[in-house]
Amino acid sequence: MSPSFDDKKPIFLQIKELIEDQIVNDQLKEHEQIPSTTQLVQFYKINHLTISKGINLLVDAGILYKKRGVGMFVAEKAKEMLLTQRKERFLDEYVLPMMREAVKLGIADGEINLLITKAKEGIKHEP
Amino acid sequence: MSLNVTLEQVSVNYGGKRALSDITLELEAGKIYGLLGRNGAGKTTLLSLLASYMEPTAGRVRIGGNNPYEHAETMAQVSFIYETNYSEESDKIKGMLQVAERYRPHFDRAYAEELVQLFGLPMNIPIKKFSSGMQSALNAVIGLANRTPVTIFDEVYRGMDAPTREIFYKQLLEDQADHPRTMILSTHLVSEMDYLFEDVVILHKGRMLLKEPIDRLLDRGASITGASAEVDAFVRGMKILNVQQLGGTKSAIVYGEFDEAQRRAAASKGLDIGPVPLQDLFIHLTGEEGSHDNHSEF
Repeated sequence: MSPSFDDKKPIFLQIKELIEDQIVNDQLKEHEQIPSTTQLVQFYKINHLTISKGINLLVDAGILYKKRGVGMFVAEKAKEMLLTQRKERFLDEYVLPMMREAVKLGIADGEINLLITKAKEGIKHEP
Repeated sequence: MSLNVTLEQVSVNYGGKRALSDITLELEAGKIYGLLGRNGAGKTTLLSLLASYMEPTAGRVRIGGNNPYEHAETMAQVSFIYETNYSEESDKIKGMLQVAERYRPHFDRAYAEELVQLFGLPMNIPIKKFSSGMQSALNAVIGLANRTPVTIFDEVYRGMDAPTREIFYKQLLEDQADHPRTMILSTHLVSEMDYLFEDVVILHKGRMLLKEPIDRLLDRGASITGASAEVDAFVRGMKILNVQQLGGTKSAIVYGEFDEAQRRAAASKGLDIGPVPLQDLFIHLTGEEGSHDNHSEF
């Protein structure tokens, strides 16, 4: 199995997220063709059925669309939709776990704000 | 052109021994099947039936609706590629490709020559002088370029080094995408080739142990790891394939499907549920211990 996958989540969801990330990062743009299932199988060394399952989730969600006999393409507004979805999940996936840990460790709100500022500085200096 | 393959209650006796018992199997056109089994499980016997090398003792074999045995038309549509003995073969690649072209209606000469280049095979040396890896690569070339509706590779990777096997897998996937056929890959290199399969067929002691889409099969296997007592409590009543113990930590491989509630229950008890690679499932499903009582449940 490819080292870029972990054991915590089903692989087809990780495939879906990989493609979503590429759309969010502008590696894949609107109306651009995504790699074929065969190319994805080869690249990630993950079987055809699992790859298709991940891609089909994105088709059902309207993020990708299919051109018969040609392949899969990124839908219009796909990035916008993904960003909206991610913002909606931000509370549950990032803020809640962070606050749980903060309460456990007894970190005060003021201190958290300070840490946030520090983290932002760190991001600015990232390459 | 595509051909379905069916076996109905097929048995084969070999010199007083039963090599295959009551196999019923349908292979759909366009899919890649992984055929797995331990040594002596009956894989090559099964494949020999499809390649018209023998007739079953009982039951029916059909390829595209025809009995393949001594049926010339069907035989031309099936490639059975296995480790060939080339020790007497003084012909060179050109001659080998000419023979394939003559007998295989879908043979693609240009593609074959492209593959010869990719594998870096020499054109001007007799085949008998090839290394075993080069002979295997030549077999792979012929198997792919034949483009027969039914194509069988029986451990065709023998002697190939890792980069050569990668070229083979890549070409196989690409050519299968452009020219779908019923492809059967019989292999012992399970962990290396599992991503190629769509369906998995496992034979064990001459019988069919299972035939399933690979994603469903992989969904069934799970490893449960955590404190011994918690693991024991969680897996009670489940079909346990293997248990490993390290100090107070236990890891059990179970076979069965989990719902969300079970996953949450496991997480709340600090148990880790992880996937099980096909290779491990195969090893434990065909292991000696418990293989008898396993049968009835599939």
